This record gives sequence, C-alpha cells and structure tokens, in this order.
Amino acid sequence: MAKIISKINTRSQDFIDNAEYMQAQVDDLKTQLDAIKQGGGEKSRERHLSRGKLLPRDRVNALLDEGSPFLEFSQLAAHDVYKDNVPAAGIITGIGRVGGQECVIVANDATVKGGTYYPLTVKKHLRAQTIAQENNLPCVYLVDSGGANLPNQDDVFPDKEHFGRIFFNQANMSAQHIPQIAVVMGSCTAGGAYVPAMADESIIVKEQGTIFLAGPPLVKAATGEVVSAEDLGGADVHCRTSGVSDHYAQNDHHALDIARKAISNLNRVKPVQMNIEQMREPAYNSNEIYGVIPKDARQPYDVREVIARVVDGSEFDEFKALYGTTLVCGFARIYGYPVGIVANNGILFGESAQKGAHFIELCAQRKIPLVFLQNITGFMVGQQYEAGGIAKHGAKMVTAVACAKVPKFTILIGGSFGAGNYGMCGRAYDPRFLFMWPNARISVMGGEQAAGVLAQVKTDQMAKKGESWSDEEQRQFKQPIIDNYEHQGHPYYASARLWDDGVIDPADTRQVLGLAISASLNKPIEDTQFGVFRM
Amino acid sequence: MFNKILIANRGEIACRIIKTARKLGVLTVAVYSDADANALHVTMADEAVHIGGSASRDSYLLSERVIEAARRTGAQAIHPGYGFLSENAEFCRLCEQNNIVFIGPPVGAIEAMGSKSAAKNIMERAQVPLVPGYHGEDQSEAVLKKAADDMGYPVLLKATAGGGGKGMRQVWSENEFSDGLAAAKREALNGFGDDTMLVEKYLTQPRHVEIQVFCDNHDNAVYLFERDCSVQRRHQKVIEEAPAPGMSEALRKEMGEAAIKSAKAIGYEGAGTVEFLLDVDGSFYFMEMNTRLQVEHPVTEMISGQDLVEWQLRVASGETLPKSQDQLTIKGHAFEARIYAEDADNDFLPATGFLAYLSTPLESDNVRVDTGVRQGDEVSVYYDPMIAKLIVWDENRDKALQRLAKALSEYRISGVTTNIDFLYNLATCQPFVDEDLDTGFIEKHEDKIFHKDEQSLTEELPMAALYLVLANEQKAKQKAQSSNDPFSPWNQTNAWRLNEAHVHHVGLRHNDSVYDIVVEQKRHGFMITVDSKSYDCQGHIENDVLTTNINGYRSAATIAQNGDQISLYRQNGAFNFVQILPDLGCDDDTADAGGLIAPMNGTMVSVLVSAGDVVTADQPLMIMEAMKMEHTIKAPAAGKVTELFFAAGDMVDGGAQLVGFAAEEDK
Repeated sequence: MAKIISKINTRSQDFIDNAEYMQAQVDDLKTQLDAIKQGGGEKSRERHLSRGKLLPRDRVNALLDEGSPFLEFSQLAAHDVYKDNVPAAGIITGIGRVGGQECVIVANDATVKGGTYYPLTVKKHLRAQTIAQENNLPCVYLVDSGGANLPNQDDVFPDKEHFGRIFFNQANMSAQHIPQIAVVMGSCTAGGAYVPAMADESIIVKEQGTIFLAGPPLVKAATGEVVSAEDLGGADVHCRTSGVSDHYAQNDHHALDIARKAISNLNRVKPVQMNIEQMREPAYNSNEIYGVIPKDARQPYDVREVIARVVDGSEFDEFKALYGTTLVCGFARIYGYPVGIVANNGILFGESAQKGAHFIELCAQRKIPLVFLQNITGFMVGQQYEAGGIAKHGAKMVTAVACAKVPKFTILIGGSFGAGNYGMCGRAYDPRFLFMWPNARISVMGGEQAAGVLAQVKTDQMAKKGESWSDEEQRQFKQPIIDNYEHQGHPYYASARLWDDGVIDPADTRQVLGLAISASLNKPIEDTQFGVFRM
Repeated sequence: MFNKILIANRGEIACRIIKTARKLGVLTVAVYSDADANALHVTMADEAVHIGGSASRDSYLLSERVIEAARRTGAQAIHPGYGFLSENAEFCRLCEQNNIVFIGPPVGAIEAMGSKSAAKNIMERAQVPLVPGYHGEDQSEAVLKKAADDMGYPVLLKATAGGGGKGMRQVWSENEFSDGLAAAKREALNGFGDDTMLVEKYLTQPRHVEIQVFCDNHDNAVYLFERDCSVQRRHQKVIEEAPAPGMSEALRKEMGEAAIKSAKAIGYEGAGTVEFLLDVDGSFYFMEMNTRLQVEHPVTEMISGQDLVEWQLRVASGETLPKSQDQLTIKGHAFEARIYAEDADNDFLPATGFLAYLSTPLESDNVRVDTGVRQGDEVSVYYDPMIAKLIVWDENRDKALQRLAKALSEYRISGVTTNIDFLYNLATCQPFVDEDLDTGFIEKHEDKIFHKDEQSLTEELPMAALYLVLANEQKAKQKAQSSNDPFSPWNQTNAWRLNEAHVHHVGLRHNDSVYDIVVEQKRHGFMITVDSKSYDCQGHIENDVLTTNINGYRSAATIAQNGDQISLYRQNGAFNFVQILPDLGCDDDTADAGGLIAPMNGTMVSVLVSAGDVVTADQPLMIMEAMKMEHTIKAPAAGKVTELFFAAGDMVDGGAQLVGFAAEEDK
C-alpha cells in the first residue's frame, strides 16, 4: 500500500494556532462531560450509595471484562434541552466486552430524576437497541428506573418511537437470536416491569430490585391492599414464587457477575469474514489532527492529512486520484480491518459524485466497510452545473449510499450542510455509527448562506414595494439568523438531540472507528441490491 | 560394596540415598505405605515392597516388616535415613540377628546416645564440655523444679528420649514450671512413649553449631567441619549453613577434636553429628549426638566435595574412610533452606494438600534440590510436611546468599501453603546478611522478616498493582492471538473510555491494611496513585520477572501469582499481597459464626471442656495434634460451649466444626 507523505509542518505557527484552537474545544467538551458524568447531584448520589447500590458507571465498569474499552453513546444527550437538568438523559449506553463478547449495555441512572424516562431518554434507549439490532450485539439492561417521566408522558408514551418500542425491540431482537439480559438493580415499575419480564434471562438483586406493574401506592389506591415493595415484587417473590426473574443476587456485584456468566454461556462466535492483517499504528501521531484542521473553517486543507493520522501505517491506496478530485476515495486498513474511505476535499461536483457512487459500489460488492469523513458545504450550484446534471449525479451517489449494505461509519469532521449530508451518509442513511468532532457544524445550509438567502428574499419583496434597506439594517437582520444557525448547528445541540452517537475528541477517531468497525462485524455483511441509477 | 540395599525411609532422603547407590552400582529396594504407593522414592528404586498402612506406626516404624522386606528381596544392608528407625537400637539389633548390615553406628552407640541424660554422663566422663543441668533419675516434679530453681531461669525441659524439638519446653519463670513440665511430658509420652525429663540451663543467645564426624571400624575418625544451624523456629532448623560464619581455625579444630572425642567415647562408627551450643564468648557445650545422617548433611557435602551417603555405604561395607583429616578442606560456602508446607504467617501451622503446581529452580553445580515429591503429589497429614531442601553453593557467603534468594524466588508451588516467602525474607533480611546469628534469630527479627512496617511499601504497592494490570494485558493478548479477531481493539485491556481518563482500580491487602490503588493508563505508561501519592510508572513482564520504572527508578522483581495471592520477590525481601476482589455477598453465611473450625487435619489429643461449660476468652478448649505439633483451640470470646463434636483420639478433618459455641452477648 502507498504511504501518505504528510506535507504538514508541525512547527509552523499555523499548526500551533490550529492545535491550540482545537485543544480549547476538546477541553470544553471534556469539562461539560465531567459534570455530566457525575449524574444526579451530590445528594442523590449519596442517597444511592447509602442504600448499598453501586453508581451506574461503576455498575458498567463492574460488568465489563477487566480493562475492556467502553464505547459510550450520546454522552451529551438532553444537554440543555429541558428545564430540568437531565445529565446524559439519565441513561448510560454503549458497547463493551462482557465475557469476551461485545455487548450493548443500557444502564439507568437512578440518581437522575429517579431514572425516569424523558423523551430523549426513550430516544437514547431506542438508539442503543437499534445499534444492538443492526450489529447483532447481545443487550444487557441494568434496570433502576421509575418508568416514564409523568409530566412528559405525551412525548414518552403514545407514539411509535416511544416507550412501547423498547419492548417491541426486545421481543424482535430475541426472535433474531440477539440475547436480551436484564439485571434488576432497583425499581422496575409499570412499563419498566416489562424489561426483565421480556428478557431472555433476568437477574434481580435482593432487597434492591423490585418488579411490579403497580407500586404499593397505586395498589393501595386501587384495591386498598397494603403491601411493602419487597413483598409485592422483591427478589424473593420473583425468584421463588412468580418466576418473573431467574437469578437471585446478593448484591450489585453478585448480580453483575451472574450477568457476565450468562453472557459467557451464550455460545456465540463472531463471524469475522474478511481479510484481516496485522494492525499497525499510523505513521503520524493522531494528536496532530489538532494542528491539521484550520482554525478558520472556510480555509481549505487536504483531507489526506487526516486520513494519514487515522489509518494503519498511514497507508492509503487511492481510487481515481486524478478524477473528481474534490472527493477523495480509497482503500486503507483500520486495526487491520479493510475499509473504503470516502472523504470530502472541497465542494461536490458531478464528477466527484459519480466517482463516489462508483467507489461505494466497489466496496458494497467486495463487502468492505465504508468510512465517510464528512466536511461538505454541498453540491456545486449554478447554471452550468445544473445543465451538466449535477442533480442526477448527486442522486447516483445518494442512491449508492442509501442502498449499500456494508457497515457504514460517518464522522463529521467539519461542515455538514444540505444535500452533501445525504451523499456523505448523514444520519438518515443509516450509518451504523455517526460521530462528530467538536469543530463540526450541521444544518440545512451554512448560517451565512441562510441569512443571505433570507435577506435576498426580503430585499426582493422591498424592491417590489419600491423600498430599500441599508447595509447596517441588513447586517442587523442577518446576525440573529447567523447566531441561531450557529447555535442549532453546534455539535452539543446536535448531540443533545441524538442526531449523532456522540461528540468525540479528533485524536480518538482511529480508536472509535476501530471499536465501531469491529463491533459491526458481529453481524455478517449482507449482499447489496442497488436501486435505479439515473444515467 | 553391597549388591543391594533396602532403604527404610521415604521422601527426599530415600530419593537422595537411591541416587548415590545408583552411582555406586548398588541396587535399591524401597519400602512404602498405602499413602506412598505412587511416591517418587518408590518409582526411583529398583524394587519396592509395600509394608503397611499410611500412618508411620503402621508401616515405616514397623521393624519386623522392614526386616521381612529386606529378607524377601535379598538386600544385604538397610539404610535407615533419618527419623523413623534410624536411631532405634532395637531395630539395629534386629538387623544384626538377621545378618543384615545396619548402615549406621553399632547398637551400643545408639543406646549410649539414645538417652540424653545417659549421653551427658558419658560425655562428662570423656571431658567434653556440658551445659549445666540435671540429668538425674529422680523424676519427681519437686526434684526437677528444685534443679531448675538452683540453676536459675530460664531453663529448658527436654524429654531424654526426644529429638527434633518434640517434648521440649522453655520455662522462663518459676510459676510456669508446672504447666510446662506437664505439656512436655505429654508430648514426650505421645511421641516416644517415655516421659523422662532432663532440665538444663537455657542460654539466651547461643548459636547452634554442630560438627559432622565420620568413623570407620578400622579406628579412623575425621570431622567434616561444622554447620551453623542457629536459625530455628520452635527448635526446628530452618536455614543451615556451612562453614559457620566467624569460625576461627583454632575453634574449628578444638570443636572438631571434641566431637571426635565424643564419638570415640561411645565406640562410634559411620556418620554422626555432635551438636554444640556455641556461646558468644566462644565457649561451647555438648548438647547431643545424632547417630545418623542429618537432614542438613548436603551443606557439608557442598563445601567438602564429599558424598556422605557414599561414605556411609563404604564404611558400612567394611572399607576405610575415603579421606584422612588432612585431605579434607573447606571450599566456598553453602546454605540449605528447608521448604515446608506450613503457614509462616500463622504460627507455622502445618499445611496439607495437593501440589497443584510445582516448579523448581534449575539445578546446577551451584543449586541443588533434594526432594521426594512431584507436581500432583499430596502433602498428607501422615508425615513430616517438608517438601524439599534447597541447597546452594558459591565461593563465599555473600554470593551463596544471593544465590539462595534467587533460587527461592524461582521456586514455585501452588496448591499448598509453603514457607518459601518466609525463607526468602529470612535470607534477605539485613541481620542474616550481617551474620548476626543466634537461636532466637527469628523471634528477635520478626518485624523485619514479616514486613510489619507498612511505610516501606511505597515501591511494592505500585509494583503489585502494575503487575496485575500488565498480567491481565498479557493474558488478553494471548487469548486474542488464538481468536479469529486477533487485532480487534476490543481485545485491549487499557480500560479505554470516551472523553475520559482510562483508569483501573486495584484493591490490595497487605497484612491487615487495605489499599485502593488507581492505575491510570497514559499514552506512554501509567500514573499510579496510592494514598493520594502519585507515581509515574512503566513496566513489562517477561517470564515472571516484572521490570518497572517508578518515578525514574528502574528495578525488577520476580512475581508469583497464585489465585488472588501475589508474591513479589525483591532484593529487600518477599512481599505478599492479596488482591481484593468484589464482594459477591455469597459468604456472609452465619452458620460458622457460633462454632470453631479445625485449623488442619489431625487428631484430637484432649478435650478440656464439657458441653454447657461457661468459658472466658482465650480459655483453651481442646488440643489437636497434627504433623507432630500440638495446637490449642481457644475460646474466641467469653461464652458458653453448647456442643462438642469430637472426643480425644478422633481424627479430625481440617475445616471441620469442633465445638458449638455461643458468645456472651455484649451488655
């Protein structure tokens, strides 16, 4: 394979300035997350611990194999969305190794509003299940939740992608032989009771876990019966009498140990069917990405400099290097796995879009996972290009992306605007995972462009009435639009709403991609059937 | 020379004798009990004869059976090894009557030395210096006590028929005398069937220095220099060495000649050892003479270049001594460490079990391992719990001591608790290096040997934590290599987290202290935090050796991990840690809370209480015996004995509940 020779001078002032700028953004991300990872406040954590329960992140750590990585999803979920502070949407999800097997873990955080489900909690839970389903990964639910968040019930309960979908997914994944294991470590009330009840195997912690359709207050209200939570739905009831739970655990650690054994007994083999080579670190340090990405987002740079800091040995065999040069396509390896990389290196033209469609076809046929490095303002506009069929060329690429059944992975490394987002495998195109860098922005178009379009519409309307406005008036009109786009296009805003699976440190891109690709290989790669390409 | 000999012993000494016999072209016959049917000595010998049940009194101590085995196999001579029948005059006589050569001294010599008090009388007449003492026949407590009172405390009570520390008691003051005498007599009666006692002045800082002598029946006698066996626990030797540190040529000669005088006084033949107490002022006193080959004979062999078993066989077959006194010289320095199945941290309580894993240091001209067991063998309740003798030699004491430490760190045993770490700590502790020896060495330097000082663990704790992290990584790598996904980043064990530090939490216990250690994975190496102090660390493991760089200081340690136990062997000693694993809550069973558990397999000697008795804390409840050692079971608190499960004479399995006990409620 051909090694990329970096042309970056790591001692230049530009490089140093860029690196400082990115560092500040990464630092801000980590500061935000430090607070989020504390979960609920000091008091609720103390109350949780005083009951002899482990904090949710410690539960995850104890469940995982010693030293296993944990690829956490959507850490910023619900960030600044609700009036209430709901860190990480009150639920921790991610992939980790349990009993030697990659699993999706879903852990309620009872220190955050009693672990109740806000709309975004539901969305995050469902997204984790989708990841499990798409990648054929066993699910372990660490349940400790009061169920639906009642004040928000209209956005939690009734719709298709609401609370009920959790159990729909459990049933269907079980049907697809994707194991569903539930560990009841706190309350599982009402709808929540179905998580263990619908699980293939369930574990309950004595004097901690309870499962019931209606809690003691509701029972009293309904029938007048007075009963304690433990007698109503504790471990003894469910392991000895009802059979709702299968394993009786002495404490959290014991329960997690039983869960690990349950996973070890699944008898699953990872169907890795590809040509794997010895993994090699990139020739250039991943940290240098900080200095590669210009401080000014409008300034162009060569995306190969990023690729060189992500792939094995910095080796990259480019496809059609001389054609449609604003899109870089080629083959490389990440952690020894073969990948096809599609990366923006400028605006998309008809040629670049056709090249992209061709390359995606190659990867789909050869069953090579696709990695999209998105930094795109859109397809080229103008009379010449419309006449040249930019729309149908763009459509070819979108068709190819939409239909390709190989695992797709998208990283937003810069702008993600307009139809460029579609062609480069945005969220709607079912990439197995989608992550953003802190410098990335996502919106239908850039803030400047949107403000420009809206200002132009207004100018035209005023012109019809024979009116005009000053440059200063135009600037004042545009600024709030620009600010709003900047706010809504920011990765925190996007991630809070689960438009992605998380905001990552650019230096971790290789690690994140490696983990994601490897996890995706738990599902055999299907054959692709493409739609009609408009010629 | 004989054609065929029978070895009336087992374990390492039987194997040791077979090796020399084979070298000399002599056929060997082993004898064995039920428990030893597949023992190493049985497989090594040319022939083997089953002589009875597992307990020694049903097999190895049965003279008739041994003689019968010799007659049946046509063995011309019997080598008794040490212990068992080796100093049994009756057996020696029986050999004579059956025209079988007893490889050892004549009956008369055994009889003369068999009784300690008689032996002292003989030595007194031969003008060999003696420790002041009472060796009289009047055994009334009053007379014995008066003798003790007269010579002044401390005194030592010894069974005249005893040996090896059994039937022996130190008495430090007048009011302890009565209890001590009773215990010593009980042990003596159980052990030797004779509770005759002698009383001796107890020297407080003596060294135990013994002289190896050899006589033939052509009136030749030589001494093969001395051995220093001062390091003892409960009067059992632990590490022996030769020559004795600080020994002058003049004193060596004086002691050697005194030893020969002792031997000649009783018409000795063969290998014998004259034990002396050497006082700080250089005066020495005759203690006793062992009329057999000693356990620690290899150190003499290493420094003299002689094979003492070969000498025994030659002398017994009528040849003259292979060397004369002036042909014998000392070369270099040798140590012997006795590896026992015992719990050094728990008052040296004997341990039993199967040797699940056994790996010895590589043998060479410098390192010798005398053992009678293999991996998978059982250390049973029936015999002495010695697993092996590790013997090292080098040009001088310092070098030999370094070899001893290294070889000990390479000795791996799992399945049975051993004293290897204790021996390592002993060999590496400064007073031992400094030759500050006396028989109270272990008690005196207890703190240093058992690392009671927690302050000194600033390097060891990070090392142990790092070891666990690296060992986990190594294990995962091996597993990954054999999987179908060998390069998956999921195989990593670096605790990688998104947007967060990568941290391992390691819980370790050392003695009674518990440490929560944070090991943070950095780009190059680790940041390890113990008790809010941080250390910059790097490390790697190669063949059990952990090399670390901690805050810029590079060093190495040999590590042995056995389940949750981790032993670190460093230049300054062996350190034991227990990894604290998550509490799975499964052992909070309260069934045992009201009872007392047998600490080992053994026999109930006596039950001192009855059901319903109200007892005080630490009151002795019963006495068990195992491995020839008594162990007293005491009340854990004030309370009431509710039930007794065993009577005197019963065999008890380790872990069995001994009594029902209800502790007095707190008021």
